[in-house]
Amino acid sequence: MADKNQGLIDQKWHELNDDGVDRRGFLKCMAWAGTGLVWTMSGGIPVSRAFAKNTGKSDGKDGDFSFVQISDSHMGFSKPANPDVGATLQAAVDKINGLAQPPEFLLHTGDISHLTKPEQFDTVDQILKGASAKDVFFVPGEHDVLDDNGKSYLERYGKNVQGAGWYSFDKRGVHFIGLVNVLNLKSGGLGSLGAEQLEWMEKDVKHLKHSTPIVVFAHIPLWTVYPEWGWGTEDSAQALAYLKKFGSVTVLNGHIHQTMQKVEGNVTFHTAMSTAFPQPQPGKADSPGPMKVPAEQLRSLLGITDVNYVRGQHSLAAVDSSLE
Amino acid sequence: MKRTSTWVASLALPVMVAMLLVLAGSPSVTANDQPSAAAAEVKIDNFSFGPQTLTVAVGATVTWTNRDDIPHTVVSTDGVFKSKVRDTDEKFSYTFDKAGTYPYFCSIHPKMTGTVVVQ
Ligand SMILES: [Cu+2]
Repeated sequence: MADKNQGLIDQKWHELNDDGVDRRGFLKCMAWAGTGLVWTMSGGIPVSRAFAKNTGKSDGKDGDFSFVQISDSHMGFSKPANPDVGATLQAAVDKINGLAQPPEFLLHTGDISHLTKPEQFDTVDQILKGASAKDVFFVPGEHDVLDDNGKSYLERYGKNVQGAGWYSFDKRGVHFIGLVNVLNLKSGGLGSLGAEQLEWMEKDVKHLKHSTPIVVFAHIPLWTVYPEWGWGTEDSAQALAYLKKFGSVTVLNGHIHQTMQKVEGNVTFHTAMSTAFPQPQPGKADSPGPMKVPAEQLRSLLGITDVNYVRGQHSLAAVDSSLE
Repeated sequence: MKRTSTWVASLALPVMVAMLLVLAGSPSVTANDQPSAAAAEVKIDNFSFGPQTLTVAVGATVTWTNRDDIPHTVVSTDGVFKSKVRDTDEKFSYTFDKAGTYPYFCSIHPKMTGTVVVQ
């Protein structure tokens, strides 16, 4: 039985690793940490290219811009997998500040804190103040809404949000949608968006032009990475159905503390590394808990995701960089 | 931990008498396949409850201990009991005063499920 399970896991892993076009015409590929190998969709044809370190400066007018996604800072965590998550978040900020093209803003895809404590949020806010990009857009992870159903999260980060913390905004012609899928989880289930949020989202995108690039960000993956570990969102298909008409959709998630990418039709799914601790590949350990690695390897498994938007190509390219 | 026991007060007197008799009788039960009386433990390891199904006698107090380095919760699916978030080595206890089947889960990691059977 163990062998059979392992076989299934290997098969799933193989599918995720398969970077060819399969019979249904989907492109599936992995984005490897630190290699700078990037997949983009250009005119429906997948193009991979290695990003040069220095892509030249944006003049700030023509629409090209970049932003950085960070995730799972778990401030307050102090177990052997990373006794100093403040130092690694600071290293992520240093990394951001060293980028050749400074990002316009940051996205934090949740698990800001480890235990929803005010001092943990305070520490993250303080460290992020040192980033060159001053605007930070948050969505909550399950660790940010413990015991109070998201009340303290909303008090701090919920100034311009709807419902439990979802919202949208526009930057340089790109429409960003921040979603909450970590509340009201049902026994045995996965992440959940809920009817009210889905209804809001349908209205939010209804009047946008089909050519508008869309970026959706949420904590738990909006595609089913590995349901056995809860790595998926049960009603994400409905959310994605509202985005079918758009030519370019990028979905950015955290939660699984490792990079993974899948391209399916017009949608590119991407998960970011954590800045706190790595988690095992799906099914490769007894549980999805923190993975302890030799101290000298830790920072090679933590990192940030730099997302570049190139106007005209209507595509976004994600570059994962490890802290070391 | 505090336990919710308000419903006990609303029970009819004969039921309470019957329950007291059950409680009084249970310590003498010694057969292996009989549920244990006073206390029982559930360990949380590797994102799972062990044992996943626990059988206890009416009146038993069950204590959950989180032995993972990630916080978990213990939440009754039917709203009977609900722990605060439990970090490493923290415990939650609940006393089962009424026979029945009590499914529960971790509200942070809902794939984690368990059941307490009270007889
Ligand atoms: Cu849990």
